[in-house]
Amino acid sequence: MIAASTDGRDAPLDVDDGFEDTEPSRGAQLVRRFAGRAFAIATTLLGLLGLTFAMGRLLPNDPVIAITGPEVSKEVYDRVFLELGLDRPVWEQFLTYVGKALRGDFGVSTTTGQKVVTDLLMVFPATFELAIVALLVGVGLGVPLGIIAAVKRGTIIDLIARLIGLAGHSIPSFWLALMALLLFYAKLDWFAASGRVDVFYEGLVTPVTGFLLLDSALSRNWDVFWNALNHIVLPGTILGYYSVAYISRMTRSFMLEQLSQEYVITAQAKGLLPRQVIWRHAFKNIRVQLLTIIALTFGGLLDGAVLIETVFAWPGVGQYLTRGIQMNDINIVMGSVLMIGVLFLVINLVSDALYRILDPRTR
Amino acid sequence: MSEQILERRVGIRGWLLQPNPRGRTQATAQQLYKNWQRFCGYPLGLVGLAIIVLLIVVAICAPLLTSYDPIAQNMANRLAAPSWEHLLGTDEFGRDVFSRIVYGARTTLYIIMLVAVIVAPIGLLIGTCAGYFGGWVDEILMRVTDVFLSFPGLVLALGFAAALGPGITNAIIAISLTAWPPIARLARAETLSLRKADFIAAVRLQGASAWSIILRHILPMCVPSVIVRITLNMASVILTAAGLGFLGLGAVPPSPEWGAMASSGREFMIESPWVIAAPGIAIALVSLAFNLFGDALRDVLDARGSE
Repeated sequence: MIAASTDGRDAPLDVDDGFEDTEPSRGAQLVRRFAGRAFAIATTLLGLLGLTFAMGRLLPNDPVIAITGPEVSKEVYDRVFLELGLDRPVWEQFLTYVGKALRGDFGVSTTTGQKVVTDLLMVFPATFELAIVALLVGVGLGVPLGIIAAVKRGTIIDLIARLIGLAGHSIPSFWLALMALLLFYAKLDWFAASGRVDVFYEGLVTPVTGFLLLDSALSRNWDVFWNALNHIVLPGTILGYYSVAYISRMTRSFMLEQLSQEYVITAQAKGLLPRQVIWRHAFKNIRVQLLTIIALTFGGLLDGAVLIETVFAWPGVGQYLTRGIQMNDINIVMGSVLMIGVLFLVINLVSDALYRILDPRTR
Repeated sequence: MSEQILERRVGIRGWLLQPNPRGRTQATAQQLYKNWQRFCGYPLGLVGLAIIVLLIVVAICAPLLTSYDPIAQNMANRLAAPSWEHLLGTDEFGRDVFSRIVYGARTTLYIIMLVAVIVAPIGLLIGTCAGYFGGWVDEILMRVTDVFLSFPGLVLALGFAAALGPGITNAIIAISLTAWPPIARLARAETLSLRKADFIAAVRLQGASAWSIILRHILPMCVPSVIVRITLNMASVILTAAGLGFLGLGAVPPSPEWGAMASSGREFMIESPWVIAAPGIAIALVSLAFNLFGDALRDVLDARGSE
């Protein structure tokens, strides 16, 4: 799944696309580029809204029935129909939707009875916490593994890295999660199976950041902290494994590219230790590329989180979305999908900006 | 005279290896044969191909491989452990897991074949048009592509599948909607490298229309790389389909689908792990096969990568 979400989105290198531009002055170029970027962001955002709008309105899913349920009297149906503005033309409905969405109004959930945006803000930190732990696992294991695989190319370590990558692109994440539950929860009883924390500890910590690990540590509630850590180990590691697969493969190919450069030979000829050549010279040159890869991994993590959260009953956006789907609550679906899309867009923008700032070659 | 004798003696292999092919058929066959020979140098690719062939054979011959109905319930014999009678045990409704896996191969094959058939032409057409016409056509088409790419794949498929409702056809539509953009990107990149080639200019001078150039000259040139990309993407299509099935958005029960099988069996997995072990292994095996096959195919077909 990670492979799917990252395919086709390569590092934002400047590719010669065959269309020639005239060369205006540098200032005008900058302004034009900035305007072009802003336009691109705006249209992408509009496109995201269009897609989620299509999910709710244009597809053969009656939005009235979705709210009232299938057994509904004619009068109620007509009233809800008018309330939703379904008698107006589609483009007008879309504009209303965009206007509301931009003000943060995604409608009310029929399942929870609350505003979708309130729900989302409540469940979001759980997903973010899980994704950060997974990312730490992914970077912490994936980068060293990729570098070692590149340096010791063709050895057993390289083979292991390749196997890990292949398995990550082949084994369904929900299944791996179930297997981990079977082994580490049912058989060995090392880790907890569901939720963020045991029921016994729930509500003991007042949420400040929403990240349970951080909140409990800040309030020095170490029982809760250890319990929460125990809960996050399995889902975090399983989710992180899928980014290890991707990050290690990309790191390996970036490293191989650098190691074949002449400056590496120069450094070796100067008599530098292999460790210095690898970390001080070659690694320094792939850091910026890695940053882009890590940002892309985040999209895959959000994907994986939907399935992993379902398996581990993790109260995050993924579980919220799945519950919305099961309850046929289209406002939840639209709101969650849109939020994940916007989040992914923002992450990509930030990584793109960092790339431009950090890599002098793009200036 | 002597030439004829030579031709008769060497047979089909000689026909395939003749240095000067006569006609289109022979040239195509020779090219295929050469690629096949190179492909044989990738043992892992062959393993992948073997598993894919096995999947196809199992899907076609499903009724011959098992005597159990994959849907028939037998509550007296529920959650039976694997035995000679039930090779992979039975599930929570007493259905034979092996026969559900075997019939599930049909579901999987049906999904990936339809997704490939839908996605390839759409991606090719959009990509080549964007690349060939350039300008505002390119701008609009690529903006649309970017929008689809700016969602994580499964989440978008999930949204559409939720809106369309459960069912295999809806799952296929939802997956296809998320699977075409990478193909379009690839076809566009290939087109950009082709559009300034001399042979295109020659065809244009002969008065060929833009559509004829795209459909008859550019599009066929994009096919090899698109095949490689689709093969590699099949693994993620399988995983997405399984994920949708796991979340209850794929095949409607009781029809056998591997992802849904893993989902419904998880309540009983502690006492009866075979109920979820088998479908998971089946999914992993098939997507692994497509990964291995696709990797080898890329090395064989993609001249830039291998030479």
